[in-house]
Amino acid sequence: METREVISTGNELSAMAAVDAGCMFFGGYPLTPSSEVMHVISDLLPAVGGVSIQMEDEIAGICAVIGASMSGQRALTATSGPGISLKAENLGLAQMAEVPLVCVNVMRGGPSTGLPTRVSQGDVAQAKNPSHGDYRSITLCAGSLAECYTETVRAFNLADRFMQPVFVLLDETLGHMHGKADLPTQEAVKAGIVPRKTFDGPAEEYFPYECGPTEPATLNPMFEGYRYHFTGLHHDRKGFPTEEIETCRKLIQRLDDKVTAHVDELESFEEFMCDDAEVLIVAYGSVSLAAKEAIRHLRADGIKAGLFRPITLWPSPEAKIKEYTDKIKDVLVVELNIGQYMDEVQRASGRLDLKGLYKVNGRPISPYEIANEVKAVF
Amino acid sequence: MAFNYNQYLRMEKMPTLWCWGCGDGVILKAFIRAVEKMGWTQDEVCVVSGIGCSGRFSSYVDFNTIHTTHGRTVAYATGVKLANPDKHVICVAGDGDALAIGGNHTIHGCRRNIDMTMIVINNFIYGLTNSQTSPTTPQGMWTVTQKAGNIDPTFDASALAIAAGASFVARENITAPKKLEKVFVKAFEHKGFSFVEALSNCHINLGRKNKMVSAMDNLNWIDNITMPKAKYDKLTEEEQLNLLPTGILHQNENADEYCELYGRIQAAHQGGAKITQDDFEKKI
Repeated sequence: METREVISTGNELSAMAAVDAGCMFFGGYPLTPSSEVMHVISDLLPAVGGVSIQMEDEIAGICAVIGASMSGQRALTATSGPGISLKAENLGLAQMAEVPLVCVNVMRGGPSTGLPTRVSQGDVAQAKNPSHGDYRSITLCAGSLAECYTETVRAFNLADRFMQPVFVLLDETLGHMHGKADLPTQEAVKAGIVPRKTFDGPAEEYFPYECGPTEPATLNPMFEGYRYHFTGLHHDRKGFPTEEIETCRKLIQRLDDKVTAHVDELESFEEFMCDDAEVLIVAYGSVSLAAKEAIRHLRADGIKAGLFRPITLWPSPEAKIKEYTDKIKDVLVVELNIGQYMDEVQRASGRLDLKGLYKVNGRPISPYEIANEVKAVF
Repeated sequence: MAFNYNQYLRMEKMPTLWCWGCGDGVILKAFIRAVEKMGWTQDEVCVVSGIGCSGRFSSYVDFNTIHTTHGRTVAYATGVKLANPDKHVICVAGDGDALAIGGNHTIHGCRRNIDMTMIVINNFIYGLTNSQTSPTTPQGMWTVTQKAGNIDPTFDASALAIAAGASFVARENITAPKKLEKVFVKAFEHKGFSFVEALSNCHINLGRKNKMVSAMDNLNWIDNITMPKAKYDKLTEEEQLNLLPTGILHQNENADEYCELYGRIQAAHQGGAKITQDDFEKKI
């Protein structure tokens, strides 16, 4: 694959990726450590005829994005944990009404205002269920500068495929990291754009929410002659509120099944030195960079360690987790939270004897801490 | 020939869930007549509503319609309008929507002066959810959350809109549906953020416990607290105290419209001149 070398930060790469992926609208509110996404995209979008607007609060940011997306545009918002908390209700409307959008979350310390300028992975559980009710989150997690770009691009294509919000998790370390990234060419990104499905038959035969039990809605852009209704209420095939028992049940079941039935399209992970591994480290995001360095040190010391790194966090690569945890006894899950993904690894593996290395003081985990932990617990 | 509303209504959704005698139907009809007068096609109009009785407005009219979360109409509509500057975007909100949970969006919608219309149906109460206090409930009235009498001072919605920078502000009363239709037309014609406060009755959830048991009682009360602006302006401050002026209360046809200003941002980023303080009459 032809690549190009770019020197930049994770936040800037994410903004560049959005525009290259055809995003034409950004709505948001400044929130450390994500603000640079808006700083950059507020220059890039108007240059290509798009719009970037700083709204009056986080809630208005997501609402404007949903409004733009309802009229057919690819749209982005970016924030951090406190912003997701505020956006949660309207992220729920986007899940319910099946409105695609991409939400970049550059994670900082929490809960509450927490540690605004420091790193954390404390929003992993929040990303799974930010809003009330039943639906399936799609959450991608970048593990390198290049992935801040490529996962944002992938998020746009998945949002339009599954017709729902897609989260891209960065963390403060990656968001502010400045370095070299090998990126796909803009032409390749453009060629890879898969636009959302539309209906082109007669308007009277158009039912946006009439679809197979594991398929997303087909929402034509507004203003094109296919008038229908968006609502956060339970709704019928045309989008109108209903309390009809079977319609309600089928709708919510479909919101879940449209994701879980297509895990193969969503699954993404990296296996690093796993072939002969006797110790398995599970890590994601910026922590995986430290884990890789730790594995090199451990191997130099004769310990055969490997890394399993989920890139799509939700839905999780549960079959792959099971395969590894069945095969390898010594497993260490390393996170900048108190085991938010450990819960999922335990669930997928069916094992409760996994070890965890957690850090919640706003500082990154060093390779030495990981290597020392491996030596201490196994 | 009588006006035919059916073309603009989703007839399969009739009857509405609004109570018998509710003013929302009067507003709905005035709204439809105003849209027809504008000559807009149904495909080029987007109606955005919030939560409450007024929230159902969007599902009854055959346009591109969005029933949003509580209070967020203007925020959603801002995204719709910026993505489609040539289309017509109209928000329909209740007093709770626009002034309580969504107050911030109302203020900033007015300030930005983006070209859309916000209709606030003010019935002085949370009607759909059974009589909780609204920011416009008069002090001393009974509400289910203040059974000893409401102590919360009230908002003057139109005064708020003017102060926040809306370039068109009007108030009307549903007992004058022709006037209501006329201000809707004026609001739709206006280039910029137009704010229309439509005073309506809720004899069920406001009136029943406040000595206005019938729709007529409630409407008479509204009639008694409203007065056309020209007449109102001649009164002393003391006489004005318990009256709300009606008609077009404020209009500034020279205010910069937001989508047009954003066009200049786009031009600046495409090699054109940057925007400076000199471009604006008001410097601070």
